Amino acid sequence: MSETPLLAVHDLVKHFPLGGGVLSKARAWVRAVDGVSFNVKRGESFGLVGESGCGKTTLGRLILQLIDPTGGSLEFEGQDYTKLSRADMRFMRQRMQIIFQDPYSSLDPRMKVDSIITEPLRATRRVSRAKRREVAVELLERVGLQAVDLDKYPHEFSGGQRQRIGIARALCVRPELIVADEPVSALDVSIQAQIINMMEDLKEDFNLSYIFISHDLSVVEHICDRIAVMYLGAIFELAPTESFSVAPRHPYTRSLLMAVPQPDPHARAKPLSLEGDVPSPIDPPPGCTFHPRCQHTFERCRKERPALVEVTPNHYVACWLHQKGGGKGEPLCE
Amino acid sequence: MEKLLEIDNLSVQFHTPEGVARAVDGVGFDLHRGEILGLVGESGCGKTVTALSILRLISSPPGRIRADRILFEGRNLLDLDAEDLRQIRGQEISMIFQEPLTSLNPVLPIGRQVAEPLMVHRGVTKREAYEEAALWLDHVKIPAARERLNDYPHQLSGGMRQRVMIAMAVVCRPKLLIADEPTTALDVTIQSQILYLILKLKEELGMSVLLITHNLGVVAQMASRVAIMYAGEVVEEAGVMDIFDRPFHPYTQGLLKAMPRLGDRVGRRAGRLNGIAGTVPPLTKVMPGCKFADRCPHMFTLCKEKPPGLFALSDGQHARCWLKDYPERRKAHV
Repeated sequence: MSETPLLAVHDLVKHFPLGGGVLSKARAWVRAVDGVSFNVKRGESFGLVGESGCGKTTLGRLILQLIDPTGGSLEFEGQDYTKLSRADMRFMRQRMQIIFQDPYSSLDPRMKVDSIITEPLRATRRVSRAKRREVAVELLERVGLQAVDLDKYPHEFSGGQRQRIGIARALCVRPELIVADEPVSALDVSIQAQIINMMEDLKEDFNLSYIFISHDLSVVEHICDRIAVMYLGAIFELAPTESFSVAPRHPYTRSLLMAVPQPDPHARAKPLSLEGDVPSPIDPPPGCTFHPRCQHTFERCRKERPALVEVTPNHYVACWLHQKGGGKGEPLCE
Repeated sequence: MEKLLEIDNLSVQFHTPEGVARAVDGVGFDLHRGEILGLVGESGCGKTVTALSILRLISSPPGRIRADRILFEGRNLLDLDAEDLRQIRGQEISMIFQEPLTSLNPVLPIGRQVAEPLMVHRGVTKREAYEEAALWLDHVKIPAARERLNDYPHQLSGGMRQRVMIAMAVVCRPKLLIADEPTTALDVTIQSQILYLILKLKEELGMSVLLITHNLGVVAQMASRVAIMYAGEVVEEAGVMDIFDRPFHPYTQGLLKAMPRLGDRVGRRAGRLNGIAGTVPPLTKVMPGCKFADRCPHMFTLCKEKPPGLFALSDGQHARCWLKDYPERRKAHV
């Protein structure tokens, strides 16, 4: 890759302490994000999928520096922004914004829509009140609401409309990157489709890049150019969407795809082979963290953690089955 | 096939400060022995209220249940006194809910909760009940079930809690299981395990299942017949193949087109999703015509004036839509 990526994540780690306090030491650590690296190109929609507790939301928050990483680095257009001062970071946040999952708890119920949408503007720049109002009207109309809605409170809107307000707020400072954390998960399917279509239009109109976090594979597959699958704080597979859907490589990715109930009664799937629950991130299994649930597990999986390596062009997998000298003869490709 | 449950003209109203909310408005359907009927719709369409009113679990006031009849094995549930109804609840008809953490009692061990229906309905001793509870917990694949009888719900994962709920629901071998969004709070791999468990138990016990869900994929994989609800009414009812192969009602068609499907991207760029324009009308709104008219792409004058009946289209397929009588009004390219 010759051009500088918009966002580069290098070996990012976040461990949360468990127990402990001001004077006592932590009893244990939750390894929420445990060594994650990837790039996002300008104009790209990058999908992060995984089940609850896999660390995808923590990763999103780390990228916006809403929480500090334990280790690793984050670069925006080549500039490491993990060590910026608060004031500089505030400036940096004009270039990246976040949309949250729950349209009910992410809008302040005591603020009018006008103030909600322009809050990022007030926080980062000196803009006159009249100008802010002008920006708010323009954004509101862009997300399918009307100028009269400016003086309403969040409770007067439906879930879908609130999510539109959240999106308008994120667009307010004209960011280049938007982290969308489960933006449509709380919405009904007919409304979900409206929001997804709108997000795709906005991406073109505002030259946005998205990091789209979701547990819903069909939504991520629809909207994203590349997809990364996370499990217990690590990326297991990263591939362009086409190659991800046609030839998923990691056994976990395959189980995940197979587990999605297909809306086709003619294709009733046989029950899934994946047993058990996701292990605790406090005490993850040694070696490959997926080995207790994997049906291909062999000796090496229990001892060594496989790295994320490129198995075919642009398709990365962290699995011993797919690595030359992985221990099971030639790489398993089908 | 023999009818197990017949619901005729069920209406549930709630008196609210905004007026009378018609949560369920003239719903009727039959459930046959041994079948899985999928009750599908978006938030607020009345599917949960319909299920709760079968067991008269709607508190009154503020709710008011009215129906021509709710026949269960020929007995009208609306005529039963409290004691007779108690005999049916948990024994003949039992229910599992969406959120197992809030529906299990947090201060009672799971063994006690699974044994309770047996002690209440079968009058067995505590020892026998616990013995059987252990067998059932083992049967629903709780690992080391016997040692976990004294565990509390918070010690279990979400999937395990849902298994405990299911064990509680089936210990008395009910004839009808009402499953209200049983997998909505779960990850896909766990969802697939739970759905399989419900299918397996249905076969073993010869139960019928009323499966309430918003997920069309789950319905396609599980149900034999489907009733689609919108704004308190059943708008289409048909065999599962007909619903997916030749949906008649514009709302059913809209729902199917609105959902992104896995594998859609293979070989081509993503098309746009077809969201259904607009939002669901408030339940307090009095509408003289079809409740879907405002969002319907085929709407014509009659739709706004007169409510359509649930017309029979063919063997077993019914739709509440004027297009049945005026097929020429259906627009070709929507």
